[in-house]
Amino acid sequence: MEVVAIHQISPDQVILFTWGFVTVNATLVYTWLIMAFLVAGSYLVTGQLSTDRQVSRWQNVLEVIVSGIRSEIGDMVKEGADSYLVFIGTVFLFILASNLFTFIPGYVAPTSSLTTTAALAIMVFFAVPLYGITKQGILGYLKEYFQPNFIFFPFHVMGEFSRTLALAVRLFGNLMSHEKVVAILLAVTPLLFPVVMQVLGLLIGLIQAYIFAILAMVYIASATQSHEETGHETNRNHK
Amino acid sequence: MDSISIVAMASIITAGICMAIGSLGPGLGQGRAVQGALSSIAQQPDERNSLTRTLFVGLAMIESIAIYCFVISMILIFANPFWTYVIKKAGG
Repeated sequence: MEVVAIHQISPDQVILFTWGFVTVNATLVYTWLIMAFLVAGSYLVTGQLSTDRQVSRWQNVLEVIVSGIRSEIGDMVKEGADSYLVFIGTVFLFILASNLFTFIPGYVAPTSSLTTTAALAIMVFFAVPLYGITKQGILGYLKEYFQPNFIFFPFHVMGEFSRTLALAVRLFGNLMSHEKVVAILLAVTPLLFPVVMQVLGLLIGLIQAYIFAILAMVYIASATQSHEETGHETNRNHK
Repeated sequence: MDSISIVAMASIITAGICMAIGSLGPGLGQGRAVQGALSSIAQQPDERNSLTRTLFVGLAMIESIAIYCFVISMILIFANPFWTYVIKKAGG
């Protein structure tokens, strides 16, 4: 079952129906499905949370996921991992879910469309100054742009935009390329070999979700923690 | 040669060359990065976690160059603006 034909580059081009000026394409529908899955799943689990010695198995699953993400964030920032957990964890879980469901036939990852990944990257683009200003104040945040001196201001601004573009295109390129490779292999060697590629695709999806979350965290951490502070930190570790 | 075959030929050849040259540099770069990370892990196995995380971030940075080239060649093959223009011209 082919949803996206081989000559189409993204699921945006699969238009399910148009209603007035609203066009519903495959990307939107699969994004809604992922959102419904995540929201319904966490709603069902968190409805019956308990602190007894006996917790339900789904609460265990959520605890493993959330504490794993939190400890990963805690390795990168010194304090206040919980304030980043909300944003980074949500982005990570959304990308992870949309990447990993590709083993279901007829499903197309919404992250293999440039519009979804651009939206995620723009969220990171705005989250960086938001976190930076709340942690350091407006002046402290703006001072980072003039480090080490004012000549570097345009380069910092250019870096902000180019890393947002790279964040979007990296996720899109990886997912889209994997989809195309599987489609081409399905035409060349239809037996068994595409299955191996699908398994590889699960690994790629996991790694890309991890990389997206880690990079977003690196960008936010670089805005919230001034360089002097981290420098002292490393010096102390060496001693 | 009419303009349709020129555009088609240029697109296909450029897509191939773009992928070939564009994957050369990142391939070498990723090899060096993994080599450095492996020897560092061999020297300091305790720092394995932070080394692996930095390695992944670095690999993603290097890989994005190859991904740019890949996206360009995909656009040249599947969503070429010049190709649609030429086809529209020829169609009338």
